Amino acid sequence: MESCNCIDPQVPADDLLMKYQYISDFFIALAYFSIPLELIYFVKKSAVFPYRWVLVQFGAFIVLCGATHLINLWTFRIHSRTVAVVMTTAKVLTAVVSCATALMLVHIIPDLLSVKTRELFLKNKAAELDREMGLIRTQEETGRHVRMLTHEIRSTLDRHTILKTTLVELGRTLALEECALWMPTRTGLELQLSYTLRQQNPVGYTVPIHLPVINQVFSSNRAVKISPNCPVARLRPYAGQYMPGPVVAVRVPLLHLSNFQIYDWPEVSTRSYALMVLMLPSDSARQWHVHELELVEVVADQVAVALSHAAILEESMRARDQLMEQNVALDLARREAETAIRARNDFLAVMNHEMRTPMHAVIALSSLLQETDLTAEQRLMVETILKSSNLLATLINDVLDLSRLEDGSLQLETATFNLHSLFREVLNLIRPVASVKKLSLTSHLASDLPMHVIGDEKRLMQTILNVVGNAVKFSKKGCISITASIAKPESFRDARIPDFLPVPNDSHFYLQVQVEDSGSGINPQDIPKLFTKFAQNQSLITRNPAGSGLGLAICRRFVNLMEGHIWIESEGIGKGCTVTFIVKLGITDRSNDFKPPSLPKVLGNHGSTNFTRLKVLVMDDNGVSRSVTKGLLMHLGCDVTTASSSDECLRVVSLEHEVVFMDVCTGLDGYELAVRIHEKFLKHQDRPLIVALTGNTKKVTKENYMRVGMDGLILKPVSVDKMRGVLSELLERRVLFETV
Amino acid sequence: MEVGQMQRQWLDYTRSLFLEGFLDAQFMQLQQLQDENNPDFVVEVVSLFFQDSERLLKDLTFALDQNAVDFKKVDAHVHQLKGSSSSIGAQRVKNACIDFRNFCEEQNIDACLRCLQQVKEEYCLVKNKLETLFRLEQQIVAVGGSIPLVEPTQMSF
Repeated sequence: MESCNCIDPQVPADDLLMKYQYISDFFIALAYFSIPLELIYFVKKSAVFPYRWVLVQFGAFIVLCGATHLINLWTFRIHSRTVAVVMTTAKVLTAVVSCATALMLVHIIPDLLSVKTRELFLKNKAAELDREMGLIRTQEETGRHVRMLTHEIRSTLDRHTILKTTLVELGRTLALEECALWMPTRTGLELQLSYTLRQQNPVGYTVPIHLPVINQVFSSNRAVKISPNCPVARLRPYAGQYMPGPVVAVRVPLLHLSNFQIYDWPEVSTRSYALMVLMLPSDSARQWHVHELELVEVVADQVAVALSHAAILEESMRARDQLMEQNVALDLARREAETAIRARNDFLAVMNHEMRTPMHAVIALSSLLQETDLTAEQRLMVETILKSSNLLATLINDVLDLSRLEDGSLQLETATFNLHSLFREVLNLIRPVASVKKLSLTSHLASDLPMHVIGDEKRLMQTILNVVGNAVKFSKKGCISITASIAKPESFRDARIPDFLPVPNDSHFYLQVQVEDSGSGINPQDIPKLFTKFAQNQSLITRNPAGSGLGLAICRRFVNLMEGHIWIESEGIGKGCTVTFIVKLGITDRSNDFKPPSLPKVLGNHGSTNFTRLKVLVMDDNGVSRSVTKGLLMHLGCDVTTASSSDECLRVVSLEHEVVFMDVCTGLDGYELAVRIHEKFLKHQDRPLIVALTGNTKKVTKENYMRVGMDGLILKPVSVDKMRGVLSELLERRVLFETV
Repeated sequence: MEVGQMQRQWLDYTRSLFLEGFLDAQFMQLQQLQDENNPDFVVEVVSLFFQDSERLLKDLTFALDQNAVDFKKVDAHVHQLKGSSSSIGAQRVKNACIDFRNFCEEQNIDACLRCLQQVKEEYCLVKNKLETLFRLEQQIVAVGGSIPLVEPTQMSF
């Protein structure tokens, strides 16, 4: 009988040995059976094991081996043929499987081995990736720090804050021990310690700028490691023997506006740099890493930009503040000027009114007084009072005129007047005053001076009066001479008034008036000031406290308005002075020109014979006012009929009436009545003239009245003289519209 | 009292009336119109004024007493009164009328009543003054004197 090599059946005597073999075989079989079970269990558990088939094979091999050993148990004794057959089958199968497995393993084991290598490879790769990740993260961190730092630095435009923030943030990010900034001094020859991180008040250390280490740092735009022992790095007082930490320095360019020329980017221009020094903690084993250095460089650049922005902003803010201040000042000045003008106008308006009211009373009552019985002395006094009041009134007018002259709202009147009589009147007015002062007054009117001229009589008189009055005022003795003549162009090649050539022609001529006095004279240097308002010749003030100084200024303005010139000559103090003025006046060929229909002046007493039996009709719905108007017209000799309403007027009016006076305070009724009267007398040539009487200036327009066919308009109150003038004007010209 | 003294008294009184603003230049015009053809012109016109004013004041009082005040009518009356007073130169009455008219426009009843009161007062005052003046004139004429002529000099500047 064939048996496996492992057992030797020829030695039956050793039962113990047999027993051990028995047991071992059993255990082997057990192991052999359990291993595949374990394998299967663990394979089932693991998901990734790729070689299932191999395992199956292996399992089969092992099972069969186990089976063989198990079956071997029965072959120790005498065994039947079945067992032997089973044994043989098992062995055969085992042999097959094991061979197959052996063959399979040849394929598999290299694979398994390569798996291992791949695993190793992957582990290495993973480690490498980890390292790189670390690096990237650090870089990103750095970048974040830079951004944050930049943000902090750029979030303020104040230079000090920028620098301080830089140091603080850098210190925080890099966990520095100390961080300092050295700025160049004004001279540019030294660096001064300006800002430090830890020390609150840096003592003003200075370090010469041309140290080799500094040059080294300034010459490159990178952060440079420097020795902790160099002067710039000795930032803290050391106590102890520990090594100072590694120090790095970087340059911070200080940019100026002028650095940026458009076509010439600054590369190596004359810039100044500040030095930033950073020190790591001394007792740590840290070293400066590349990314930290990069961070420092970037920050230094950002600081430069931030500083330049701050500088620009400072400039522009300063300029803006200056402008604002100027604006405010200008505004204030303008408002003050406006206030002053307003105040002056108000003052003038008030004073004008306030002053006129009592003036009115004084003049009125003085006139009344004149009419009473007075002694000659009293009469003289009253006349003087009257004259003085009139002069005062003129002065009040002057003030008003001056303000109107300055506003440009004054317009000269043009009327015909008698030049000779104007001079006569001036002389008459001045003569008493001059004789009181024992001054002699002479006048000479050229023979070719026209008698009647066209101009503003009142203002010309004011001017002459003022000039002559001044002459009298400032003379204590001697004589005053007034000369009036036509200005000749030849006498005017004068450097004083270039471009002024008084050329007379047919319509106008230039009147020259010269007033010479032998009084106190004027210092030639003071002459320009004389025409200034309210300026008085200082040396004369003590002698002549009266006089507001307005006179000459007003004269000049009047003369200018009359297209002329006025000037003063004097040889000096005590030598008298000469005032000359030239004005343009119109020539008229008619010597008895009528005044235009505005009647501001008293016409004098004409006889009332012109109007005897003049038939007039008065229409007025107010009884009192009707009686007054009737009385007025009757006083003038008219034959007056009255009507108290429009209808009555229409009934009564006839061709016999020459004038119809209608009171039109009620406005529209007057218009309608005029129209109806026209209708009534449409076919007749000589219808009555229609004149409206009204006291209401607001509703009056000359055009409206003319449109409805009224021939005239008079404003109430009407005095006797006014009515007289009105009637004569009316009958002469057939029309009379009083200016409102 | 002799004539000169009475005339002076008359002048003083007239002067005071002008100074105090009771009368204005218009009154002087009236005085001027008085001549031998028209010897009582002023008195006549002033009496007419008194009659007219009294009627108007009565109408005004009546109109303002109504429950529904017709301001147009009141205004018309005041306008008349203003016209009359300015015709004879009763300055203060005229000014009071002007104020009255303003309040009429505003339709302010209380102010109108106040103004009416004022106008009445002014009217009474000027009436008394003028009556005194006329009495003085009568006295002068009675003793054979003449009332001084008032010649207005140039009243405006």
